[in-house]
Amino acid sequence: MQRIGVFVCWCGSNIAATVDVAAVSEALGHEPGVVFSTNYQYMCSEAGQNIIKNAIRDYQLTGIVVCSCSPRMHEATFRKTAASAGLNSYMVEIANIREQCSWIHKDKAQATEKAIILGRAAIAKVHLNAPLTAGESPVTKRALVIGGGIAGIQTALDIADAGFEVDIVEKQPTIGGKMTQIDKTFPTLDCAACILTPKMVDCAQNDKINIFAYSEVKEVKGFVGNFHVKINKKARYVDATKCTGCGECTEKCPMKKIPNEFNLGLDNRHAIYIPFAQAVPKVATIDPNACNMLKNGKCGLCAKVCSAGAIDYKQKDEIVEREYGAIVVATGYNPIKLDDYDEYAYSLSKDVVSSLEFERITNAAGPTGGTLLRPSDGKHPHTLVFVQCVGSRCSAEGKGKSYCSKICCMYTAKHAMLCREKYPDTEVYVFYIDVRSPGKNYDEFYRRAVEEYGVHYIKGQVGKVVPRSDGKLLVQGSDLLANEQVHIEADMVVLAAAIEPDKSARPLATMLTASMDTNDFFTEAHAKLRPVESPTAGIFLSGACQGPKDIPDTVAQAGAAASKVIGLLAKDKLTCNPCTAHSDEMMCNGCSSCEKVCPYGAISYVDKEFRMPNRTTAIRRVAVVNEAVCQGCGACTVACPSGAMDLKGFSNSQIMAEVDAICKM
Amino acid sequence: MQDVNQFKPKIVAFCCNWCSYAGADLAGTNRLQYPADVKIIRVPCSCRVNPMFILRAFQRGADGVILCGCHPGDCHYTTGNYYARRRMTLLFSMLDYLGIEKQRTRVEWVSAAEGAKFAATMNEFVAAVTQLGPNKRLEDLRCKN
Amino acid sequence: MQELMLAKAKELLQNGTVNRVLGWQAGEFVYDITPAVFESEQDLDAGFVYNEFCGNNLSKYLIKESRKEGKVLAFLKPCDTYSFNQLIKEHRIIRENVYVIGVPCEGKTDGETLKSKGVKGILGAKSEGDELIIDTLYGEQRLSKRDALTARCLTCKSKKHVVYDELLGEEGEEVPENHRFEEVEKLEAMTPDERFAFWRGELSRCIRCNACRNVCPACSCEKCVFDNPASGISQKAAADSFEENMFHIIRAFHVAGRCTDCGECSRVCPQNIPLHLLNRKFIKDIDAFYGEYQAGEDTESRAPLTNFTYDDVEPSIVYKGGKK
Repeated sequence: MQRIGVFVCWCGSNIAATVDVAAVSEALGHEPGVVFSTNYQYMCSEAGQNIIKNAIRDYQLTGIVVCSCSPRMHEATFRKTAASAGLNSYMVEIANIREQCSWIHKDKAQATEKAIILGRAAIAKVHLNAPLTAGESPVTKRALVIGGGIAGIQTALDIADAGFEVDIVEKQPTIGGKMTQIDKTFPTLDCAACILTPKMVDCAQNDKINIFAYSEVKEVKGFVGNFHVKINKKARYVDATKCTGCGECTEKCPMKKIPNEFNLGLDNRHAIYIPFAQAVPKVATIDPNACNMLKNGKCGLCAKVCSAGAIDYKQKDEIVEREYGAIVVATGYNPIKLDDYDEYAYSLSKDVVSSLEFERITNAAGPTGGTLLRPSDGKHPHTLVFVQCVGSRCSAEGKGKSYCSKICCMYTAKHAMLCREKYPDTEVYVFYIDVRSPGKNYDEFYRRAVEEYGVHYIKGQVGKVVPRSDGKLLVQGSDLLANEQVHIEADMVVLAAAIEPDKSARPLATMLTASMDTNDFFTEAHAKLRPVESPTAGIFLSGACQGPKDIPDTVAQAGAAASKVIGLLAKDKLTCNPCTAHSDEMMCNGCSSCEKVCPYGAISYVDKEFRMPNRTTAIRRVAVVNEAVCQGCGACTVACPSGAMDLKGFSNSQIMAEVDAICKM
Repeated sequence: MQDVNQFKPKIVAFCCNWCSYAGADLAGTNRLQYPADVKIIRVPCSCRVNPMFILRAFQRGADGVILCGCHPGDCHYTTGNYYARRRMTLLFSMLDYLGIEKQRTRVEWVSAAEGAKFAATMNEFVAAVTQLGPNKRLEDLRCKN
Repeated sequence: MQELMLAKAKELLQNGTVNRVLGWQAGEFVYDITPAVFESEQDLDAGFVYNEFCGNNLSKYLIKESRKEGKVLAFLKPCDTYSFNQLIKEHRIIRENVYVIGVPCEGKTDGETLKSKGVKGILGAKSEGDELIIDTLYGEQRLSKRDALTARCLTCKSKKHVVYDELLGEEGEEVPENHRFEEVEKLEAMTPDERFAFWRGELSRCIRCNACRNVCPACSCEKCVFDNPASGISQKAAADSFEENMFHIIRAFHVAGRCTDCGECSRVCPQNIPLHLLNRKFIKDIDAFYGEYQAGEDTESRAPLTNFTYDDVEPSIVYKGGKK
């Protein structure tokens, strides 16, 4: 039997004016288990708190009920008061007789009666309270960043800057991501490489940062503060510690007709390659699907020319196991495949290109050395048509995406502007649905394209692009403002393809038990207030994996994610919420219902041996709740048919005791 | 003493800690009146409410039970109210199927900013239950005084 | 078919594939069938039957059987395989320890159904097309299947197995339309008062024998909440109308989205309460609100109550008569 103390607060006249506080403390004093009951003007004041502390000591109270304002206001206060008097802080219950009683009722008799009932409910609950202690779990002071694009790079640099170790896992042979392929950046038109490559070098030189390039995350176990991750370092067939990146091998390799991914297949590379001159790490990689030595055991030329002796045809994938306190997802995006867009003749004509391909064509380090030449015949194009929203803002049923890809309006304005600047003899048309240019200096940028550079913006969609035998592309579209059909004989058509999350995101989300939306973008813990955290504790989001983003937004989010990670890693121990779910293994069926509704991935299953009658044993699958991860929502408790799952602090019996007390007259 | 002629219903309101309980507090802060027949039980999330609790309330003499949670999409735990929505839809439909007055049960999404909505909802609900009269179809005679 | 099954069972016992067989055993009367485990050929010869009365769903017994030493052979009718699958999905049956042989089923009858049609002194029965030929002490009697089959078989969901290791006989076909919600719809069309009166009439007969719970493949909890004093709702007997309602509402709710509609609950009820109508109401609502879902059809899908969509119907749909 508990020894309960009841403390009724007047809150000045806030409560006392409508509730007869003396009558309440008198009535509640007669409740079973109540050994002390009093009322006071301001329970939250120091004097009031002292009344509580003294009563806890004098009457050896095992539980207290404070009838006062909302628990959202002073529950924490009274918990501290109890703790300072040696009573477990979870032995405190609050009856809300201000916001939910005295303030909303005028009739004193009714309000007093209700206050007594609310007090009884709190007493009934506290009878079933048990002392709870918040668990602690240690924090591994190292972060993992998955994805080495600008988002991952910025996050890693910021975390390292705060003094914590960071590993970057990047599946490509080099870090840098999409930004390495971009020519100029809006709205300032500085070159992407000029601002990105120093950051890549910073990563490589920072002794807190460890880059696992050409690697993938294979397995994630554990929870916030304590993740165990297996990383697969794919075989490069080149010893990265010996390779100097001189590039001798890449010139001598006889297999030279391999489409170059870095230039989106617009030119070729060798079977052994370094994606681009500023790659980090600058280490050659052999493409096992192209190398004659690896496929047929014939050649070996690269090994002969390598003066460092770095070539190792026998290299194997290597699994590295590492521990982390936090994981940042920065898996980025890809433009959608345009093969299905026959109306734009993407697969039919080489001169219909995606915007990213166009970036490569205009990039000084690209296949044309930065000269704008059409891919089909290498001639200078005079008329260019840009089509926006290709696959973006589509109806849900058809091909394409329902969302706005966000970056296309601005980069199209950039492309159009650059064309006109470098080649004043060109005519440039842009077909658009809307031009979306919110962002600092963005609208000014777009207007410059129209007003200063004379780009023809046409509101309307292109219906059809027809390649003609003379090499021209006949573009048919509609001009909605002029309400007329437009026909343009173009030399090149550039499609602003929608962007989508990288394909690796979904399997990764499964490994991390992080949630995703229907478009495979990672969901944030709260759309407004926790935009860089996943609902799964210890998982953070950086960049376009969470939604389409341009570079400034990505870098801002990367920094925000880093600051959240730093906040986590700065702690030596994590205090867990003690009001967590727990499963009674004797009743658990192991049916997995609870696991399915847990938003945090806090529930796992173990096979456990149980003693059975007649000295036999049986092995049963039972649920185990990870208290460091559980946030205490209680979804599992209702999903559980056997009632094995219950929630501490809000147990079935506690809630039903409250129900009973309220329904009893 | 209660006027014997005037039926005062017993209403149990389950409110999630993050939105609806805060909404109820806001109704108080703004001094928005609703009948004292409503007694609130705080739960962490609408998904914590087991159909057993609702039946238990009726058994012990409640005349109406209302569940309030965050609006879909705003759940503090991201998905709790979606599960609550399915559970309660099916439970209410079953109660209706058994011939128990469906107006005695209700789910309402109330945000922390919707003090006025909370008070209005309670006023409406109490009026509806008062009109129905005492709960006879799901009562446990032993629990009556 | 019985001979075929016996031969197969003996073969698998002999070659060591399995070390016991879960099947049906005749009782005192031919219609008095009980599930049984046979451990030897002698046992099989002595008791194994498969006939028009073998309606029992054997899946639930595999929860215990699959946890014992060695592999068990289980003969499952098409509708039993749904329950089996559901139990696999819930990790209740250890699949590797069961050898499932699918056996065909043309619908089953039982003693009670036949007696209600005035058939007495039943000695045996066999199916022939649309008719059931019953051998009685007073000679042969013929009943149309419509009259002879149990109610649940008249709304058969499929004659096709959803899981098996081996099939005996011809695989049946899916049933295009079984009209199984007709009775639920009839109740829905009543006024609340009529519905209340109907269910009071039915549920007040409940004697809380727990037969429905014990036979139900979905009610397979290690410990039922009604038997657990800590649950706050434990009750050994239904003391009054509330507890009668409570037990059946909670039971139906706990199996909602997991119930395969096997109909065993109604079959075993000694008071002939149409308990399947509670489960079917949930199934009908789930189909209508969240899209068609057949529990046990697969072992992967998320059950409706552990799933959601962002635009699910609101509970207020109930006030609109369940129409979207």
